Amino acid sequence: MTAFLLRRLALVLPTLFFVSIIVFGLQQLLPGDAALAMAGEERDPTVIAFLRQKYHLEDPLPVRYGLWVKGVLSGDLGESIRIKRPVRDLVLEKLPVTAELAALAVVIALSIGLPMGILAAVKTNSAVDYAATMTALWGRSIPNFWLGILLILLFSVQMGLLPASGFVSPVEGLSRNLSTLIMPAFVLGNAGAALIMRRTRSAMLEVLSADYVRTARAKGLSETRVVLHHALRNALLPVITLGALEFGELLSGAVLTEQVFTIPGFGKLIVDAVFNRDYAVVQGVVLCTALAFVLLNLLADLAYMLVNPRLRG
Amino acid sequence: MTVDTADIGFAELGERPWRLALCRLARRRAALFGLAVVVFFVVLALAAPLIAPFDPLATDWRLVRKPPSLLHLFGTDDLGRDVLSRVIWGARASLMAGLVSVSIALAVAVPLGLASGYLGGFIDGVLMRIIDAMLAIPFLVLAIALAAFLGPSLINAMIAIGIVQTPIFTRLTRGQALAVKQEDYIEAARAVGNPDRRILLRHILPNILPPILVQATLAIAAAIIAEAGLSFLGLGQQPPTPSWGSMLNTARNFLSQAPWMAVWPGLAIFSLVLSFNLLGDGLRDALDPRA
Repeated sequence: MTAFLLRRLALVLPTLFFVSIIVFGLQQLLPGDAALAMAGEERDPTVIAFLRQKYHLEDPLPVRYGLWVKGVLSGDLGESIRIKRPVRDLVLEKLPVTAELAALAVVIALSIGLPMGILAAVKTNSAVDYAATMTALWGRSIPNFWLGILLILLFSVQMGLLPASGFVSPVEGLSRNLSTLIMPAFVLGNAGAALIMRRTRSAMLEVLSADYVRTARAKGLSETRVVLHHALRNALLPVITLGALEFGELLSGAVLTEQVFTIPGFGKLIVDAVFNRDYAVVQGVVLCTALAFVLLNLLADLAYMLVNPRLRG
Repeated sequence: MTVDTADIGFAELGERPWRLALCRLARRRAALFGLAVVVFFVVLALAAPLIAPFDPLATDWRLVRKPPSLLHLFGTDDLGRDVLSRVIWGARASLMAGLVSVSIALAVAVPLGLASGYLGGFIDGVLMRIIDAMLAIPFLVLAIALAAFLGPSLINAMIAIGIVQTPIFTRLTRGQALAVKQEDYIEAARAVGNPDRRILLRHILPNILPPILVQATLAIAAAIIAEAGLSFLGLGQQPPTPSWGSMLNTARNFLSQAPWMAVWPGLAIFSLVLSFNLLGDGLRDALDPRA
């Protein structure tokens, strides 16, 4: 276990190093003078001089990178030039909103994707299998921002059942919180459900033809017990890895979904920062999402090892 | 003893693999439907000046937000422009984004993946860590960040999407090259003194093309959604030039007054992406019958 952890960490560190290079390198893409670009249209000489000094723009690139990494390691992600607040505080403030949205989306994705994947595998080439495949194709092809707009049209504009936009914190009222999040969570969960369905179906198909499943059937166990107790447990292993990989997709989707439903989360933070030319915020959000992704993958690998006795050694 | 190949199901033995794959593709109705819709959109995009009933940029204050009618089949938008004409012209941005960004990704990723998989060693190790790092940043988050730093425009959006798709193709090419380089015919090519470059281009590349082609078709679908997403956020095609994503962004503000503004551009994105996905799935089945 310790050896596995050390090996896995040895792979994570260079990945994080290159993530830091990419995120730092983003600033170098700014056309022309970075200070001029960051100063906005006013181009106040005092602001430009301040930015040059603050971001050490006169220093050589490796020195600037070193200083930036030093700041990041001590928890300093820079300061928003528009809101005049530390990026770290902004990220920590928005994180719970996106986390709640993502958690709800995962619940929806699992509750649609898992049963459909199992049913499709158990009843291969049946109408259920066909319907599940169609659902997966739909989930893969529909742009989530359009699905969001359609849901608003139907449930908010036409039926008046749910609020079209905005966010209410769970502290202010759980039912109001859920009513603001249910549509965006469904939009986000829809694509995830398609992926989980496909993965569960193929994993279940593989497992259902294994010898131990045939043995379980030969013992006279009921089909439900064979499927749920013997097959599903092993078929779920690859779904765990998918869960971690799905996180990236979820965050990508959250950017657009939060924009459609005006939810003040991580996605809205980066989009607003882009339009305010608040590059430190953009860098901070990209860095934090990458860190979260790497850590989740690490946790998924550990979970995979814990639930799979063959890997425990 | 002679063996009747037809009896054992090898009637296709001796046929060229690509022809076999095309025959298998022709038997898949869903893939053919996908191909037909893709061709339809390509024709629409190419012949937009001839097909579009109105100028997609022409505004008319008397026609602001008019519902679908015989004159304006898809209705008009907030500036009185014909939605059908804008949807037809918008196909150009979407198809171009799909094709150009995937071409950028292929042009960078295939040589890198080939070299990495074939040569191995330190360069392979470093490259794979860079790929891991790029894959660690969510697709759209990285595309938004790149488009933001490069500046909002369709060209920059295509570059951003191309860069973001590069690691997927690099990893795929590397994996395939790693598998193929173990084959006997590569050993034989090396044994007769072929230089590495010739082995890579003449022996390995043609054998790893099918999975790359399948991935490219599916990546075009992803790129079309990404471009629409970036344009929806205002980071892709800039107004007044029509793009399905930016049309949806405008439509969002008029959902109760003009719902048709939101329906058609979204339906166009959905149909095109669905078609590329159907075609990609069909190609995968045709090129790799084991899948």
